[in-house]
Amino acid sequence: MIRVVLPYHLRTLAKVGNEVALDVRGAVTQRAVLDALEAAYPMLRGTIRDHTTRERRAFIRFFACQQDLSHESPDARLPDDVAAGKEPLLVIGAIAGG
Amino acid sequence: MSKVRVLVGTRKGAFVLEADGQRKKWNVSGPHFAGWEVYHVKGSPAHPERLFASQTSGWFGQIIQRSDDGGKTWHQPGTPPGEPQKPPSGISKGESNKFAYDASPETGKPLTTHQWYDGSQRPWEFKRVWHLEPSLGDPNTVYAGVEDAALFRSTDGGENWKELSGLRGHGTGPRWQPGGGGLCLHTIIEDPKNPKRIFVAISSAGAFRTDDAGTTWKPVNRGLRSDYIPDPNAEIGHCVHRIALHPSRPNVLFMQKHWDVLRSDDAGDSWKEVSGNLPSDFGFVIDVNSNEPETIYVVPIKSDSEHFPPDGKLRVYRSRSGGNEWEGLTKGLPQRDCYVNVLRDAMAVDSLDKCGVYFGTTGGQVYVSADAGDTWEPIVRDLPPVLSVEVQTLQ
Repeated sequence: MIRVVLPYHLRTLAKVGNEVALDVRGAVTQRAVLDALEAAYPMLRGTIRDHTTRERRAFIRFFACQQDLSHESPDARLPDDVAAGKEPLLVIGAIAGG
Repeated sequence: MSKVRVLVGTRKGAFVLEADGQRKKWNVSGPHFAGWEVYHVKGSPAHPERLFASQTSGWFGQIIQRSDDGGKTWHQPGTPPGEPQKPPSGISKGESNKFAYDASPETGKPLTTHQWYDGSQRPWEFKRVWHLEPSLGDPNTVYAGVEDAALFRSTDGGENWKELSGLRGHGTGPRWQPGGGGLCLHTIIEDPKNPKRIFVAISSAGAFRTDDAGTTWKPVNRGLRSDYIPDPNAEIGHCVHRIALHPSRPNVLFMQKHWDVLRSDDAGDSWKEVSGNLPSDFGFVIDVNSNEPETIYVVPIKSDSEHFPPDGKLRVYRSRSGGNEWEGLTKGLPQRDCYVNVLRDAMAVDSLDKCGVYFGTTGGQVYVSADAGDTWEPIVRDLPPVLSVEVQTLQ
């Protein structure tokens, strides 16, 4: 199972705890994980990436294994420890403002 | 016995304030959607237990929420209570926050850009829903006014939205430009006597009307004068802040413009200024007494550069003559050191006798007058900045 940690406001929206577990078929990429997340929690559609373009929203970041993966291709494989369920993919609301 | 339900949107959540017809003792619930901006909450006239809310965030975008029990529980349309986590159909759900501009070759192709602050052209980009207007007659139909300015309609209780692109496409769209708050469509009024007629207003493009249920639109700004645009009498470009009407006389409209209070007696075809003796004719809100169609309310704001009441005195002004002659209403309102604003969606009236008048401030107060404005008292004092106030009169 793939582990995903959501920011506070998306956890309340989806009515889930700190972490969700997802069954991802095939290669474990950002796109595959987000597709599985939105299938399981459709109320999150449009909150992490655009409905139409599927691009990451500007103030959302993806971290895992001490790396910022936000600018990686959505079809690049996530780190092995994420694919193995040892580490979570962190969806972060960027700190902005003062 | 009658009761009232006041729906308050704030910078940090929504609140529901309820009282009986005396409007003295209030029950406050909330915050709903805590931490999110809630631009607007409004109930369906056709099914008063059905409420719609616009929940929005700079990080996470737009969410539409619906309640079918008067605000006790909420859900995103399409993900109903009881099945939020494991929907059987999975990916087909979750469209209630999808506001896609019409880009079809047939009707949407020319609708590509609007004017930016510097005069350049910029693509339309959805930012948020400012205003939700449930249909007068159908609980499943609701309109959404959005930024960048466009009008959307849902006919399935908010699950899916489709743009009424004839508004942006009627010809002047590329000349619309944002006001200080953005290029927002903030006012939507269905004509209660003519189901094919709808009025909308956009900052800062002006007022528009359809007479064919949203297919075609025309600007209705004749008589407006705005010295801050190159041609003060232009067909479009006016920063209309709010329009209100009395349901018994839908051809009579009242407008609070950036500067100037105006009225139209011909459904917007022409306007005349009725600012009269107001201490300032700048402001955001305007509303009409539910029992007296010629009695209207505004909250004067000092100027477009200083968004607070003149002289630090929070005063509602009432005209019983449809404008021009105004009286300041002060009893119960702070008359010194008050520097709040009252935003365009933050005034409402109930339909009791006497008419209740409500407004919210950027200081977090929601005031009520249960006697048509003669006296006021705060229902709550310390909410986050209030973005919108609506009221339902319930039996």
